[in-house]
Amino acid sequence: MSDEEKVSKIMFVNRRAPHGSIYAYEGLEVKLIMGAFDQDLSAIFMDDAVLALKKGQDTSELGVKEFSATFRVLEDYGIEKIYVVEESLKERGLSVDELVIQPEVIPISKVAELMEQQDVLLSF
Amino acid sequence: MKFSILILEGPYHHEAGDSAYRFVEAALRKGHEIRGIFFYHDGVYNVTKLMEPPSDDRNIAKRWSEIGAKGIDIVVCIAAAKRRGITPEIIVPNTRISGLGQLLEMAVDSDRLVTFGD
Repeated sequence: MSDEEKVSKIMFVNRRAPHGSIYAYEGLEVKLIMGAFDQDLSAIFMDDAVLALKKGQDTSELGVKEFSATFRVLEDYGIEKIYVVEESLKERGLSVDELVIQPEVIPISKVAELMEQQDVLLSF
Repeated sequence: MKFSILILEGPYHHEAGDSAYRFVEAALRKGHEIRGIFFYHDGVYNVTKLMEPPSDDRNIAKRWSEIGAKGIDIVVCIAAAKRRGITPEIIVPNTRISGLGQLLEMAVDSDRLVTFGD
């Protein structure tokens, strides 16, 4: 890096359903790797991505890996600020108690402001 | 301005790589700097030299190799590549396989990271 001292604000923007495509899973891998670097990291879950955080998932009949438990370690990986969009939960009949983690619930009207504060947005 | 480029979709299947290529060409023409180009998800297929499109179509991997020949760092994610059978032996010249840390470096070292994908 050109400037070793510089800490960038990086937000992972999650919008996809957990299964049916690899975006969510490989997006999770990006978070785990980048967590090792000393940056100001956050993640937001909106649209179908809120389903990735739902407790009690069983993918055995899909034949794919069940990775929802891994979201619990994000905080230990340096992603301390995790947000979920209130409307996205509501539209899918979910409450924050049904999620594997307890992210900060924010209204969709706050998302643009939050994104505006970032240096980098990584969308998966 | 200093740009980095992230490409997330496979070649021919999706226009993301084509749009990225045109963006890079236009940016260079206008005198901007491309700090690096990173391939993730199915984007890793864009630089396999095993591709052999019909002669009247564009060769997407060859195009990226030519961009790399200008000295622009073109990186394929190792984890995404391994999963899909993309190895150092089968990628075109002027591209390389490395880790997601490279994407992070490109992103924080640029004015803008521009993502091409769905």
